[in-house]
Amino acid sequence: MRGWGFPAACAAVVVAGLAFTELADNPYYFNAAYVILQALIMAVAWNILGGFTGYVNFGSAAFFAVGAYTSIALLKAAAVPLPLLILAAALVCGLIGLGVGYLTLRLKGVYFAIATLAMGIVLETLINNWSYVGGAKGTAILTPDKHLWFDSYSEMLFMVMLLLALGSVAVSRTLSSSRLGRGLAAIRDDEVAAECSGVPTLRLKLVSTTVMGAMMGAAGAPYPYFVSYVDPLSAFNLFIAVNSIAMPMIGGTAHWAGPVVGALLVGSAQEVITVTISSELNVLLVGIMLVLFITLAPQGIVGLVRKHWKKRA
Amino acid sequence: MSALLQVAGLAKRFGGFTALEGIALDVAPGERLGLIGPNGSGKTTLINCISGALYNDEGRIAFEGRDITRLPPFQRARLGIARSFQIPKPFRSLTVLDNLRVPLEYAARTRSAHRRAEDEAMRVLESMGLAARAHQDSAGLTQVDMRKLELARAMAAHPRLLISDEAMAGLSGAEVDEVLEILFKLNAAGITIIMIEHIMQAVMRFSQRVVCLDAGRIICEGTPEQTVANADVQRAYLGA
Amino acid sequence: MFSADLFANAVVSGLLLGGFYAAVAIGLAIVFGQLDIVNIAHPAFIIAGSYTAYIFNSTFGFDPVLVGVAAMPVFFAVGVAIYRIYYAAFERTGQESLSGLAFFFGLMFIIEVSLILVYGVDYRLVSAGYATGALSIGFVDLPGRMLVPFLVALALTGLIWLYLSRTFMGRAIQAVAQDRGALQLMGADPIRIKQWAFGIGIATAAVAGALLIIIGPVEPSVGRQYIGRAFAIVVLGGMGSIQGMLIAALLLGVVENMVATFYGPSWAPAVSFGILLLTLAFRPAGLFGR
Repeated sequence: MRGWGFPAACAAVVVAGLAFTELADNPYYFNAAYVILQALIMAVAWNILGGFTGYVNFGSAAFFAVGAYTSIALLKAAAVPLPLLILAAALVCGLIGLGVGYLTLRLKGVYFAIATLAMGIVLETLINNWSYVGGAKGTAILTPDKHLWFDSYSEMLFMVMLLLALGSVAVSRTLSSSRLGRGLAAIRDDEVAAECSGVPTLRLKLVSTTVMGAMMGAAGAPYPYFVSYVDPLSAFNLFIAVNSIAMPMIGGTAHWAGPVVGALLVGSAQEVITVTISSELNVLLVGIMLVLFITLAPQGIVGLVRKHWKKRA
Repeated sequence: MSALLQVAGLAKRFGGFTALEGIALDVAPGERLGLIGPNGSGKTTLINCISGALYNDEGRIAFEGRDITRLPPFQRARLGIARSFQIPKPFRSLTVLDNLRVPLEYAARTRSAHRRAEDEAMRVLESMGLAARAHQDSAGLTQVDMRKLELARAMAAHPRLLISDEAMAGLSGAEVDEVLEILFKLNAAGITIIMIEHIMQAVMRFSQRVVCLDAGRIICEGTPEQTVANADVQRAYLGA
Repeated sequence: MFSADLFANAVVSGLLLGGFYAAVAIGLAIVFGQLDIVNIAHPAFIIAGSYTAYIFNSTFGFDPVLVGVAAMPVFFAVGVAIYRIYYAAFERTGQESLSGLAFFFGLMFIIEVSLILVYGVDYRLVSAGYATGALSIGFVDLPGRMLVPFLVALALTGLIWLYLSRTFMGRAIQAVAQDRGALQLMGADPIRIKQWAFGIGIATAAVAGALLIIIGPVEPSVGRQYIGRAFAIVVLGGMGSIQGMLIAALLLGVVENMVATFYGPSWAPAVSFGILLLTLAFRPAGLFGR
């Protein structure tokens, strides 16, 4: 029974998603859901390195943007189908994660964090100077007119994102209860003790940065189709990086469900605030919530709930 | 019979400070070796070099005849060198049981199904008297249980050589006996043990041979009785 | 293509820029280099300094450098308060590597977005007599908007260096950086010393911010470009050494200016990251480390 719970829940979500595309017509719903799912994948990916392994990545926006620009570069060259774009973006960003990790993770952990922060600036500089993908002024991407059996392309993109999100949650959940996941937790808790217990810490950290990068790249790959106009400023938006840190931190980093809860709550709240109040205020609120949570409730929502349950039990 | 561990000409410096110099040490299979010396004499640095947490600047270290001088710590752990830490370093977010699964799955390479690793972790916990704590968070353990967990985790790596770094510091007399009991039991099962300890009574009871370090050099080596009687050891360490 | 006076001008203006970079990095050299606190919000505080200078300059016509100096006590107090929160929430519980980093990231974001909410994303600038003039020596030009920040930054660096090496508190800060235990034995409270040092680090941001807005117009997100620069300088300078930091800052200024002159200004932001990565990969102890 226990082993079937998660796959059954995933299947239910897919069916619900399909039903949603059949029943709802207002494109706003699909756009809002797409934005939340995109943030969810980013949060889950960030948490694999941040929550499971204990290393901070500030450059989530850069991984995301490189994913989006991988799509753009391929689309400028040929009519590459979406699944291939996603695969290619995951590959490129996984390699970037591996490379940055290899150069900095042999040293103290903070250097990795600083490197990811500076990496965003450099990759943005590169894209700004690369006229093939539009340079600083950006580029328009035509949305294809074929969209399987869906009513519109944005409905199909929503479904693609839903599948990607389920996939990333499944990866993260499997990881957290596996041998690899225990190795990562050991690294997070005490790296020297982990190494002396036979854990190949550098190798595991690199696996972690690579998986994180690949997931973030995959999340960015469909973005050009979603917005149909991409420029470096929007793709490298700091807000993406803040969200992918804030959502796991608010939801709770120690458990795989933390970033999911955080992304769904914060993401939905953001959609509501953006519509009813203003988007700038929304951005500020995320920052404030992030700081409040990490100072006052570092275990996040999932941590608080589990603590409460343990007390009652 | 050749030595299990061979250390030859080992030196370690931190900047201009020489922590270890000209260390030569052979440990025979099945031996119980006591390592003593004043604070700052280089005991912990030496076992850091043996376990790989630090790399020595000079000399070589061989384990079961194989040169391990440049091997990273995780590979030494897989070859069978396990250690406990002076200040316990549990994996705080994991349960006591999962703390043991890490070395079981990585160092002892119990790759088979979950169940087996879990059963074996339980067996190790039982032998340490920690079975009742298996599903607790390791961060909440008492001092003595924390020390036992250090040893249990080292044991779960299936070591040939166990280095115990002050496993009894801060424990009561009865607790010291309890830990000593465990170490004797492990040794009887064929595990070679290097014990670093300040509690001389425990060193005297446990060790077949004692090595005394002072200011980064070995100043004396012999049976416990010989070592205690040695004038240099008296002056440098025992404070007579 | 290549001409001597273009080259000489690039070197000289690179040195001027590099001097200013020293003011940007010096606070971080104390906070990150000596206290080991990864304050990635430092550039955001510098931008806050720029806006302080802008507000007092545009409403009262005060000189931006004087405003920067006068704002130091306020920035110091803010720094002390932030360190207290940081210590209580993260350092004491050993959470500084993950939550502590995210904390500063959140602070940086809050400062940036608050400024955007109040002042928008328009570029702001200050007016000062010396900012428009220029000094010419031979074929080398020394524009006032670069020369004044350069001189002020050197003075700031010199004063901090004197403070750290000559005063009791300064030496206590250096001691805390090296060995916390020894200090406790001496009866000094390392937390108070660190809080003081953190305050000084943030206080330098008030001056650095004023200098930044003299050099050119500023908008809230400009600060991000200085994260890579400031950390590259501190790491290259050998973590906490003030002299090393100054040399690294001058070096980065010259190299960046060379790249901007000969390859185009749009490539300049990438230089610091390249230097940072190369340093970390090949010489993590910095230029002058053993």
